[in-house]
Amino acid sequence: MSNEWPLWEVFIRGQHGLSHRHVGSLHAPDAQLAIKNARDVYTRRNEGVSIWVVKASDIAASSPGHKGPLFEPSNSKVYRHPTFFDIPDEAGRM
Amino acid sequence: MDRDLFEFALRMGDNALILGQQVSAWCGHAPALEEDIALANTALDLIGQAKLWLDLAGEIEGAGRDADALAFLRDARAFRNALLVEQSNGDYGQTLMRQFLFDAWHFPTLKSLAASGEPRIAAIAVKAAKEAEYHFERSRDLVIGLGDGSEESHVRMQRALDLLYPFQGELTAPDSVDEALRARDVAPDLAAVKLETDRLTLETLAEATLRPPPAPVRKGGKTGLHSEGLGRILSDMQFLQRAYPGASW
Repeated sequence: MSNEWPLWEVFIRGQHGLSHRHVGSLHAPDAQLAIKNARDVYTRRNEGVSIWVVKASDIAASSPGHKGPLFEPSNSKVYRHPTFFDIPDEAGRM
Repeated sequence: MDRDLFEFALRMGDNALILGQQVSAWCGHAPALEEDIALANTALDLIGQAKLWLDLAGEIEGAGRDADALAFLRDARAFRNALLVEQSNGDYGQTLMRQFLFDAWHFPTLKSLAASGEPRIAAIAVKAAKEAEYHFERSRDLVIGLGDGSEESHVRMQRALDLLYPFQGELTAPDSVDEALRARDVAPDLAAVKLETDRLTLETLAEATLRPPPAPVRKGGKTGLHSEGLGRILSDMQFLQRAYPGASW
C-alpha cells in the first residue's frame, strides 16, 4: 500500500451561478478532508460557494494517444458549425 | 478604566495572538502542502482576531495603545493568554492536539459571546465564531484520523494528549474577572462553556481512541504567570519592534 494520500480533483462553483469548474488537484486521506483542503487551498480569496471533490482514480479519461481517431474526424466537418446562415440584422449579435 | 473588560479583551486577544504566532511557525514546514496552507490560514485567522481584541483592549484602556503596541511592547507578565497556547509546537501531532483542545473551548466561547450584552464584544465574536467553527471541524477530524490511525500516529497523539490535556482546564476555570463579566451579561457562564467544551473534547477523543490522562488542571497564564516558553515566543515575535522601535513597512 502506498504511503501517499490519494489524489483528488477539485471543482469549485464561483460566485456567479456558473457550473462547477475544475480548478486543480490535491492530496487528502479521505473525501471530507479533501473538501477541507480544497477550501484552504483553492478558496482563500473568496473564489467559491460550493466545492466538489472527486478521487482522481475514479475519473475515466480519454487517452491522449487516441486523439487522432477521437477528434480529428470532426476537423473536416465544418458544416456542423452553424456558420452558413445569414443572421438577420434584427436578430442582433449572436 | 473598566479593568475587568480590559482584562477580558486581553485574554481573548492574547490567546489568539500567541497561538497564531506559534502556528505560523509551521509555514513552509508542514508535512504536506495542503496542511501547510491550512495551518497558515488558521494562523492568519487567529492573528486577525488578535488585532480586533487587542484594539478593543486599547480602546477600553484609553491610554493610546493600539493592538500593535499591546502585542509588541508588553513583557511576558502582562500577557493574559492561557498556558495551553504557549506550549511548544512539538511534532505535528502535538501542534494539532494543542489546536484541537483550544478550538473545543474557543468555538463555544465565541458562539456565546456573539450574544454578549457588550456590542463591541458581540461584533468581534460573530466574525470570529465562523472561523473558529471551521478550525474546530478541521482539528477534530485530524485528531480522529491520527488518533485512530496507524500505531505510530496513535502513540504520538496519545503522548500529545497526555502532555497538553492538563492545560485545557484553565480556559474554562472562572476567576473574579469572569464572574464579574458574567454578572454584567458581558461574558458567558464558564460552567456552561465548560460543559460544551468537555462534551466536544471527550466525544472526539473517544472516537479517536485516545484517553485523557487523570491530571490536575495547570493554570496561571490568565493572571500573567507564564511558563518560560512565552519568553522565547515573545523574544522572537517582538524582536523587530524592540530593536528598531517604530519600524514599519
